Amino acid sequence: MIDWEPLILTFKLAFITTVLLLAISIPLAYWLAYTKSKLKPICETIVSMPLVLPPTVIGFYLLIAFSPANSFGNWLNNWLGLKLVFSFEGLLIASIIYSLPFMVHPIQSGFTNLSSSLKDMSDVLGKSRTTTLFKVLLPNIKSSLLTGIVLAFAHTIGEFGVVLMIGGNIPGKTKVASIAIYDEVESLNYAAANTYSLILVALTFSILLAVYLINGGYLKQFKND
Amino acid sequence: MIEIRIQKKLTAALGEMLLDINTNINKGSLVTLYGKSGVGKTTILRILAGLLYPDSGKIVVNDETWLNTTTKINLKPQKRKVGFVFQDYALFPNMNVKENLLFALNKGQDATIVNHLIEIIELGELQNRKPDTLSGGQKQRVALARALVQKPSILMLDEPLSALDAEIRFKLQQYILAVHKEYKLTTLLISHDISEILRMSDKVLELEHGKIIRQGTPNEVFNHKELNAKFQFTGTIIEIEKQDFLFILTVRIGKDLVKVVADESEGEQLIIGDKILVSSKAFNPIIHKIG
Repeated sequence: MIDWEPLILTFKLAFITTVLLLAISIPLAYWLAYTKSKLKPICETIVSMPLVLPPTVIGFYLLIAFSPANSFGNWLNNWLGLKLVFSFEGLLIASIIYSLPFMVHPIQSGFTNLSSSLKDMSDVLGKSRTTTLFKVLLPNIKSSLLTGIVLAFAHTIGEFGVVLMIGGNIPGKTKVASIAIYDEVESLNYAAANTYSLILVALTFSILLAVYLINGGYLKQFKND
Repeated sequence: MIEIRIQKKLTAALGEMLLDINTNINKGSLVTLYGKSGVGKTTILRILAGLLYPDSGKIVVNDETWLNTTTKINLKPQKRKVGFVFQDYALFPNMNVKENLLFALNKGQDATIVNHLIEIIELGELQNRKPDTLSGGQKQRVALARALVQKPSILMLDEPLSALDAEIRFKLQQYILAVHKEYKLTTLLISHDISEILRMSDKVLELEHGKIIRQGTPNEVFNHKELNAKFQFTGTIIEIEKQDFLFILTVRIGKDLVKVVADESEGEQLIIGDKILVSSKAFNPIIHKIG
């Protein structure tokens, strides 16, 4: 029988990351979609960096930054009692940074592709920005939101390099499924590696399939309204 | 009264253009902005609504200053009492017809106006439908009703009828006139259709290249063409046939097709799709009593 802990940890990490990312990405994507600020290209570049950088680079710099040997890491440790290296919290922050573009991009393009007249009309009707956001904009980009949620979730499950750098391999704290697979292969335990892998393949396949079914409207025929 | 003095540099299709408008609009009148596309008509409405800022100018509506660039007053769109019907209607796709109207209510406003509007604009059967299941004319009516929910000081309609066929167009003109009177609105309308303008408006502002080149009653504006005809109709050319020295034009006027003769000099300047004014000064119409 395999050890379920890495899998549970992986989904716990992916779930919390996704929830926090959604809260961060909606305002960020809104700002990127509608701002005329000159800082926009710079912010867009920063958000997109994790797409192209090797995960080990992100992991490496986070490791340096969070290290208690360093003034920032020391400050975190002394003032907030946060130890971010080789801990679940550190993993969480790293995952948020690493998966940020996967959540921000779909939401941002959802906003930009939405006809600007809907927002203008809501303004003319005297509605505040938050009312417009929650009653008009977000309900009309549901499929972009869903895409963002699923991509961020799936991407966090598949994370390896960043985790290895900043989280290490501590059972129950930072040993996620992808690390566990690597670990089992290293110790020539192919059967266990295969079980973990198969579970991941099956789960990610079902999640992605569900998204395509929902966004493609295949499920509409079963709905009554 | 609405006082509009605005200047704004625009980048139009043919390079830079200075929009320079200076006009007064009487309370309760129905005014049409007329002119080719790209002369700045929509921009004027968007500036009035506060969705665009002019480079300089002022807008005073019934003694309330909405915009004054010298004293730095600029009311947000949210604070301006306008009802706006966009060219693309901008109905909220996530809400049904009734929800679209309810959404427009001000905080604490009595919702009975929604039912009243549903009644006079005959939306009763559509109220639970989503916008994407409606036809163009139906969407138009919903957008009109929604623009009226807040009882605006100004109703602005950006080419509301151009995408609709003649019959629905006529019906909607009636709706617009009816609500214009019922709610004592000051209405600003963009239109290209001369017959529509003659039927509906009190005043026409004809624009060219960002400026008002002519203003007055529809008759004053459209009779400058040195025509003093007894009968005149506007129509669209749908066929041009050349026969010896003459051209035979098939013109669609409303729902009817009419054949008209044009001489060589006239015919050569026309192409299919042109809008033309067919008029006659002296002729002997045949009259049949039909009812």
